[in-house]
Amino acid sequence: MQTFDLEAQGLRALNQALHDLKGQTNQTAWEVVNPKGSHAIAVGVDAPIDLTVRGSTGYYCAGMNKQATIRVKGSAGPGVAENMMSGTVIIDGDASQYAGATGRGGLLVIKGNASSRCGISMKGIDIVVHGNIGHMSCFMAQSGNMLVLGDAGDALGDSLYEARLFVRGSVKSLGTDCIEKEMRPEHLAIIADLLKRGEAEHLAKPSEFKRYGSARKLYTFNIDNASSY
Amino acid sequence: MSDFPHTPPKQSWTFSNDVNAEIRRAAATGIYDIRGGGSKRRLPHFDDLLFLGASISRYPLEGYREKCATDVWLGTRFAKKPIHLDIPVTIAGMSFGALSGPAKEALGRGASAAGTSTTTGDGGMTEEERGHSNTLVYQYLPSRYGMNPDDLRRADAIEVVVGQGAKPGGGGMLLGQKISDRVAMMRNLPKGIDQRSACRHPDWTGPDDLEIKIMEIREITDWEKPIYVKIGGARPYYDTALAVKAGADVVVLDGMQGGTAATQDVFIENVGMPILACIPLAVKALQDLGMHRKVQLIVSGGIRTGADVAKAMALGADAVAIGTAALIALGDNDPALEAEYQKLGTTAGAYDDWHEGKDPAGITTQNPELSARFDPILGGRRLKNYLKVLTLEAQTIARACGKNHLHNLEPEDLCALTIEGAAMAGVPLAGTNWIPGKNGF
Repeated sequence: MQTFDLEAQGLRALNQALHDLKGQTNQTAWEVVNPKGSHAIAVGVDAPIDLTVRGSTGYYCAGMNKQATIRVKGSAGPGVAENMMSGTVIIDGDASQYAGATGRGGLLVIKGNASSRCGISMKGIDIVVHGNIGHMSCFMAQSGNMLVLGDAGDALGDSLYEARLFVRGSVKSLGTDCIEKEMRPEHLAIIADLLKRGEAEHLAKPSEFKRYGSARKLYTFNIDNASSY
Repeated sequence: MSDFPHTPPKQSWTFSNDVNAEIRRAAATGIYDIRGGGSKRRLPHFDDLLFLGASISRYPLEGYREKCATDVWLGTRFAKKPIHLDIPVTIAGMSFGALSGPAKEALGRGASAAGTSTTTGDGGMTEEERGHSNTLVYQYLPSRYGMNPDDLRRADAIEVVVGQGAKPGGGGMLLGQKISDRVAMMRNLPKGIDQRSACRHPDWTGPDDLEIKIMEIREITDWEKPIYVKIGGARPYYDTALAVKAGADVVVLDGMQGGTAATQDVFIENVGMPILACIPLAVKALQDLGMHRKVQLIVSGGIRTGADVAKAMALGADAVAIGTAALIALGDNDPALEAEYQKLGTTAGAYDDWHEGKDPAGITTQNPELSARFDPILGGRRLKNYLKVLTLEAQTIARACGKNHLHNLEPEDLCALTIEGAAMAGVPLAGTNWIPGKNGF
């Protein structure tokens, strides 16, 4: 186990040490202590390591992650796991705005609540939120899966493309072009898999969720939809 | 009655034939006009400025004998690996998607041969442009199409795009005709949809967030890459100051003559300011912060000649970027294709329906038959020639002003032909010592 004291050693040294791991696998267990809300902790990692942050993080923790499993034993600031490519990021507490923004792969698990714009512009990432998500979540979401065990705020899935949204609780309102869709067996299988990987099997059953997706009415310009543009 | 003089038919200035045609088009289709390119208005521009040249009080340099250097360093503020270019004319961001693969390759070939950089666009990095560009700037856009850490690391610089001159405050647009299988895959979108990019970044708002975002990108790339911030010509004084505050190495400022692959005509023609009005404000912001020449300024939007390059630099820019002019050098809007332009209901020089993907020159298209017409080796050679001419022309003017480096050109070398030009550029009206607005006059 490599223990890194962020306060004493500094952010640059941490990220450089993590980047230097690319292509090697002999230092797989890492721990970061004294994060104290610092920004850009463990960004751009590209190695199959297991890194635990003991405390809360600022902006963009685990940004653009590849391969690594990053656990935050606290809450995460805005843009956690933004543009993640692969690997897993698990937040024990809450996540601020834009969690998982533009994520292209991997799994983001938020065990508390997520704020507004969770999964904005997501492009293939899977996001599991044990609590609630805020307004404008999944805005322009292109692909991937969002599973919410709690409630969703206003304007869920506004201007949605092909991402799949599953919400167990209430949805305050749906955004433009987002509609409830039929739940088919393949979707229940996706939910079961997300619950398992998202450490939430004990918290919910696939049958308790509703599915939301794009009505695809904004895919081509049509003057009759002018009020939606 | 016929013997009396009669009033000849009189067209309205307000309701001109062009205006009326647009009203009829709108009434028939129910959708705003979408097109490519930049503003087609007659705008105050570099044409409104003249160089004074040397005289008894200024010595000129000999044309072919005395050196006039043209190189430029970009990203010297924070980046461990700043960029050094042989010439101060770069190629502006244009996406694969908007342009064909061979066109992107030609831009890389031409720019590399001339010793300058190319830039990706709203669609990710292609092998064509990375492979053929010695120096490649990777755009970081609101859409984040294709964004990934590997391409960030194999870029030579990163350009955070906040806005562009054709549409400050607007996002990208690529209509279904150009969303081919490859474009759809790179952008992670369904094939053939009318794609509308976001106009705001998904994970930051405002200058304080931008500062953290830039820090994150620097951390991901180990502080090696210069980070540019590109702004449209909206509020250049404040936007430049805020970009510097947020940690930019380079500010890229694009005026309203700058082109776009596709957006609403009403947006192109009515939002933003001409580049002439933008440059002095951005330079003033840099000077007020003590950062002029420390944070470099690249300007774009309507650069056509070496005179334009020299004028932009005399006003305080460190380099310029060209987009539309580069496409014309490659063969866009060539009168040799007039018969084909006629079939599309247009004429050479006016063709701007780039969003339809029917470009007979094979440049602004994803149609494989059309793009196969375009020869990237020949196109690259033409672009290199054009870049060399721009540089030679700018050097000619600089030597005439007694400058041994293009960066030594200064506002004092200029006068203006029009009151508007004098006011915007902050140089005297020709033959007077009057700078409108200065000292309250």
